[in-house]
Amino acid sequence: MTELITPDLVDLDLKAADRHEAARALAARLAAAGRVTDVEGFLADVRAREEQMPTGIEGGIGIPHARSAHVTAPSLAFGRSADGVDFGAADGPAHLIFLIAAPEGGGPEHMTILAALARRLVHESFKRSLATAPAPGAVVDLINREVIGT
Amino acid sequence: MNIVAVTSCPTGIAHTYMAAEALEQAARDAGHALSVETQGAAGAEPLDPAVIAAADAVIFAADVEVRDRERFAGKPTVTAPVKRAIQDAAGLVAEAVRAAEERSDTAPAPSGETAPLDTAPAPATKVTEGAGLGARLRQWLMTGVSYMIPFVAAGGILIALAFMLGGAEVAAKVNGGTFQGRTYEEITDLSALVEQAGYAGVLFKIGAIAFSMLVPILSGFIAYAMADRPGIAPGVVGGLLADAIGAGFLGGLVTGLAAGALVMAISRVKVPRALAGIMPVVVIPLVSCLVIGALVIIVIGQPIASAQQAMTDWLDGLKGANALLLGALLGLMMAFDMGGPVNKVAYTFGLAGLAAGNLTVMAAVMAAGMTPPIALALATVLRPKLFTPAERKAGEAAWLLGASFITEGAIPFAAADPLRVIPSLMAGSAVTGALSMQFAATSRAPHGGIWVIGLIGKPGLYVVALLAGIAVSAACVIAAKHVGRAVPAAASGAAAAEAPAPSERAATVA
Repeated sequence: MTELITPDLVDLDLKAADRHEAARALAARLAAAGRVTDVEGFLADVRAREEQMPTGIEGGIGIPHARSAHVTAPSLAFGRSADGVDFGAADGPAHLIFLIAAPEGGGPEHMTILAALARRLVHESFKRSLATAPAPGAVVDLINREVIGT
Repeated sequence: MNIVAVTSCPTGIAHTYMAAEALEQAARDAGHALSVETQGAAGAEPLDPAVIAAADAVIFAADVEVRDRERFAGKPTVTAPVKRAIQDAAGLVAEAVRAAEERSDTAPAPSGETAPLDTAPAPATKVTEGAGLGARLRQWLMTGVSYMIPFVAAGGILIALAFMLGGAEVAAKVNGGTFQGRTYEEITDLSALVEQAGYAGVLFKIGAIAFSMLVPILSGFIAYAMADRPGIAPGVVGGLLADAIGAGFLGGLVTGLAAGALVMAISRVKVPRALAGIMPVVVIPLVSCLVIGALVIIVIGQPIASAQQAMTDWLDGLKGANALLLGALLGLMMAFDMGGPVNKVAYTFGLAGLAAGNLTVMAAVMAAGMTPPIALALATVLRPKLFTPAERKAGEAAWLLGASFITEGAIPFAAADPLRVIPSLMAGSAVTGALSMQFAATSRAPHGGIWVIGLIGKPGLYVVALLAGIAVSAACVIAAKHVGRAVPAAASGAAAAEAPAPSERAATVA
């Protein structure tokens, strides 16, 4: 199975005026890596989910996500924003942004890995490590270690 | 303490698992054992039935319907949007612990019925706490009622004030009609209201408008309790139409329940992805309003009109009958649906008598319409524990509404628990109607209640008839409330009826 995340899916200096721009920037990385076949279609799915209820979580987290037919492999693109991007959380903008892409017909094994990722997101130590990771490679190592256990 | 939880969210790939993890952490930190069933895209691993059986409390952190929730029936339950489990898992766990402790303080629940509403953060609406259908039905009705009560109180008191200040003729002045031989035109241009009907007319009009929303609000929020926000539109539209065809609050109960059930059914239909986006915005409102509206107009409307005609003809044939029986019959009809089609037939029969110079029928009809709210107000004072806090508040206004012959003051009680309340009210009103006819009390006013006592013949005996019916209805209601179920959640001080503000609910809809 392909890796959940690779260094080219990490943007440690994400510049985005709003959550749609943030999702677009990260989706472009997924598309460049061949994990998303149709950026516009995928973003429409993400936006549909976001409109149901904002995905901002207190503590500076935004998790735009979608199951989409335009996704080829379960993937995570990670962006870190010093200025913060509003994801609709009550306590302010998100500094850690996780764009989660799940294939539409993904089987349970695909979903299990995303489930494991989601579970790590509520751990303070995990968030702290991501906030201070010095380089994309460190983010990838951290996520692989914590989520996949390798 | 042992807790089980179910988490779920619309996409099923993120919040479901974040909530599960957060709850597990929070429970561990607080020293409790917690098992989570994640109903997400990775497939749900069902909780072991033995674990559920051993659980002291249940947490539903779910934004979509919990699958197989009957497994948790009867357990103390806390329900919250999935995001709350992520952001305030500790608070949610503490709430579950409190729910379990409160349950063990009180006697064990005999069934799922008194279950979880007392501790759920958003009680009356998210009715799904593993209760049986009967309990859920009651909670749906209670939600509708709790949103309706302010309209009853405001509208009823304004109309009562209008009668007090302007006399019984204020209704005829505003709505048009004949009073004491004088005929008034209906005032359609509101800018002429003050000039033609005075400030009493203004009070009456505002009250009447508030009353016109009773059935739509009742229907809309019953549907809301069942199907969340998508239920409101078909519920309100159905209620407006039920009102327009004269189906009264019972019609509103039907449209509310039908609208809620329909939206629940539609939202379960699997639709192609392309259509999914427009489902909540276009398809569900359109289809549900159309179906419910057509149901009311085409299916319900005609039978109600025919039945009313048949009852009217029947009553006409009874004119020479025994006065006592006729009075009892009119009393039964007045209290049956409080402003609905049956009540209207009896009231119109009274009006026809008035026009023909037969004043005893009008007196009996008015008296029988006054007893229900007063009897319920009395019952809430005598046995407050039998009523929810919302009902007790409605009881405070019901004194004045009953005294003013505003039978609608009884609707909140009747809508919340129709099978117990309506027969009780009918019994008392039958007594009052029969006695009023027997005493040959008369009324030259078609409305106004106690404020037109000057137009009542034999006022002393009239009051005796009223008091007798009030006593009978209050006693019957109290007795009936003891039948078939434990004292409602009100006993534990719960705000079972205090439905949450729509904004609070909004989060759980997504």
